[in-house]
Amino acid sequence: MTAHAHAAHLETSTGLDNRKVAIWTFIGSECMFFATLISNYLVNKGKSLVGPFPHEPWTSPAGQHFEPIFEIPLVTLGTALLLFSSLFVVLALSGAQRGSRKALIGWLGATIACGVFFAGMQVYEFTHFVHRGLGFTTNLFGSSFYTLTGFHGTHVAIGVLWLATLWVDALRGKLPPAKSLNLEMAALYWHFVDVVWIIIFPVVYLIQ
Amino acid sequence: MATRVLDQPHAHAAAHGEKTGLWSWITTVDHKRIGVLYGATAFIFFLMGGIEALLLRIQLGSPENTFLSPDLYNQLFTMHGTTMIFLAVMPLSAMFFNYLIPLQIGARDVAFPRLNAFSYWVFLLGGLFLNASFLFGAAPDQGWFGYANLTSKQYSPGLNVDFWMLGLQILGIASLAAAVNFFVTIVNMRAPGMTLMRMPMFVWMSLITQVLLLLAFPVITVALILLMYDRFFGSAFFVPSGGGDPLLWQHLFWIFGHPEVYILILPAFGIVSEVLPVFSRKPLFGYAAMVFSGVFIAFLGFGVWSHHMFSTGMGPLADTFFALTTMLIAIPTGVKIFNWIGTMWGGSLQYRTPMLFAIGFIAMFIIGGLSGVMHSSPPADLQQTDTYFVVAHFHYVLFGGSIFGLTAGAYYWWPKMFGRMLNERLGQLHFWLMLIGFNLTFFPMHFVGLHGMPRRVYTYPEGLGFDLMNQIETAGSFVLALAFLVFLVNIFQTWRKPRNAPADPWNGATLEWAIPSPPPEFNFAEIPTVHGRDALWEQKRQRGGPLPEPARVSGAGIHMPNPSYWPLVTAVGILAFFVTLMMLAKIGIWAVIASFALLLLGVYKWAYEPAG
Ligand SMILES: [Cu+2]
Repeated sequence: MTAHAHAAHLETSTGLDNRKVAIWTFIGSECMFFATLISNYLVNKGKSLVGPFPHEPWTSPAGQHFEPIFEIPLVTLGTALLLFSSLFVVLALSGAQRGSRKALIGWLGATIACGVFFAGMQVYEFTHFVHRGLGFTTNLFGSSFYTLTGFHGTHVAIGVLWLATLWVDALRGKLPPAKSLNLEMAALYWHFVDVVWIIIFPVVYLIQ
Repeated sequence: MATRVLDQPHAHAAAHGEKTGLWSWITTVDHKRIGVLYGATAFIFFLMGGIEALLLRIQLGSPENTFLSPDLYNQLFTMHGTTMIFLAVMPLSAMFFNYLIPLQIGARDVAFPRLNAFSYWVFLLGGLFLNASFLFGAAPDQGWFGYANLTSKQYSPGLNVDFWMLGLQILGIASLAAAVNFFVTIVNMRAPGMTLMRMPMFVWMSLITQVLLLLAFPVITVALILLMYDRFFGSAFFVPSGGGDPLLWQHLFWIFGHPEVYILILPAFGIVSEVLPVFSRKPLFGYAAMVFSGVFIAFLGFGVWSHHMFSTGMGPLADTFFALTTMLIAIPTGVKIFNWIGTMWGGSLQYRTPMLFAIGFIAMFIIGGLSGVMHSSPPADLQQTDTYFVVAHFHYVLFGGSIFGLTAGAYYWWPKMFGRMLNERLGQLHFWLMLIGFNLTFFPMHFVGLHGMPRRVYTYPEGLGFDLMNQIETAGSFVLALAFLVFLVNIFQTWRKPRNAPADPWNGATLEWAIPSPPPEFNFAEIPTVHGRDALWEQKRQRGGPLPEPARVSGAGIHMPNPSYWPLVTAVGILAFFVTLMMLAKIGIWAVIASFALLLLGVYKWAYEPAG
């Protein structure tokens, strides 16, 4: 659509498609969004008045015992899958650009599956944490943890929806090489969501 | 619709501009029409904010006045500040971005015309949402800065703060969408030959403003989200009893808030930098210095936020750092002022209305800049903070700066936008009334402020030495109101005149003056090629005289984007989402989900609609 309008009129000043510049611009802005959320998590770190805590056990004044909240293995698996999904979406894009429908549909499907697993992992993690005594308002750790990872999870969910929409397009044969930019934009966004998680994972889960 | 008109082989001269009727405005994606919508809407909000200010001034006109109740006073000063910043100055700047950026860079529209319409609708609905609070008797009353704990559920149980925090969130969406759009437009859609260092200064300042918007608004977005969680769901980010820190709000707010003041002033810098050369008949002095001082101001603007927080006791190290960075900003700002004066120096000055406002801008902004440097020093600031001295300062930069600059732009580009010249005599009257009224209103505030009169308090006792000054200020505010009444009269008189303004009434330097007034829908029949700075003066120089009046051509065959109503639907979805969120407890989660579905519907229909 935009590409067509440009072909008819003029080259862009940078030679890049408008939509590509736009998604980069948007990602630049999103960096500040997540920088603020991560700062908020760090500022509130260690300031919780009551437990449960992320890395240490806690016994309430009433004598109830709480284990450390984080369970690293599951979230490490989610992290790994999210990282692999970045590779898969590159392969899907390559398929889209080459016009290889099989590669496009296969790899895009794998990307979406990883995204769905990650989102599911987070839903499981959240319910599990709530069961173990960490509600959204239990303490500052709970509030800032759920806010930060929740907004990242929302970004993952939006990414999955976006990629799934393109997957349906691809199934209906509506994602030809000429339109591969549609997928490239979603892929750039998906990489960004991954990169943010690569920062969140050590900052929140690993550093004590 | 556009294509149908375009496809007619005999589409006559003005065919592109002749689409009329409400529907054509609702579905428009033309940057010029959206610019006019922004301008008209923002001007109405500006008048509302002005009326709020007059009510405040009546209350303060005499000691221990009972014209306004303390509670209503709080609502009015909060809405005055919020309105003037988010609903008047920012969207008035957006009017100029919309109308002028494509014209000045030689483009047919912005990069994303439908996104542009979306920004406008979200802005309009956000502004209406914010002002709807008056209907519930619950206008925001905690100040435009919304400091914790004033905003906590405990101290503000009503809807007032909810309207404010959700209203700003909606307006932020509009600003961010517009910022992406204009950034891409300037970066990517310049006419051949228009290198970055050949761009008109207004385009440069607009570009810097978009970067500030992109980087500063996400911070307030997060701050407002945290506040929303505190109020709606009971978290304690800003609540000390839960371990939270009210000062975190101040930090987040001012990390946004200080760049925000440059978001408010840089467009006016750009406008004045266009007006001064044209009415001095010589190019802008020190173009490169102007560009880099603008970039430097924006960069430093992210490192000074805590000068709003000297009185919170941050300690000597932080105080020193933020005092020094703040003082440092005076240098690039001074560079700009000297360059403007250098532009006028030795020029053949023509004192037409836009020029008067531009000169008034320089003079008033210098006063505001000087008082700003005064409270960059923490010990001085401790005396001035929360007094009328600060009120005087920021009105000198925001009214004396931004509003004077925007008014200069309004007079300068009016003939281009509407094809009619505003009356010069009424324009001059407007200027002098505004200059006198403005100084009568705000200059005495320096004195009462240093005498200790606190801001944001609805009255003062008799005999503290505030009485006479406050009377003068109130009288001055009515002179200001009269100035804008003259402007309104001018607008209505001009409206009845024939549309006969020439394409280039001021002997302009930039590309917008090369095309008819008002421009056809497609702007340029042929995309211009640019050979230097001041592209149009360059063309005139090569020709050895004025250019002939451009003919109105049909533009048949020029491919323009289709109109669309999905941006509006999406904007309504966003408004519905926030309204239902606010009433979550009353109407339940399904209403929120339904609004979200409407939002998604808008997005999908938009994405799959052929753009043109
Ligand atoms: Cu500041």
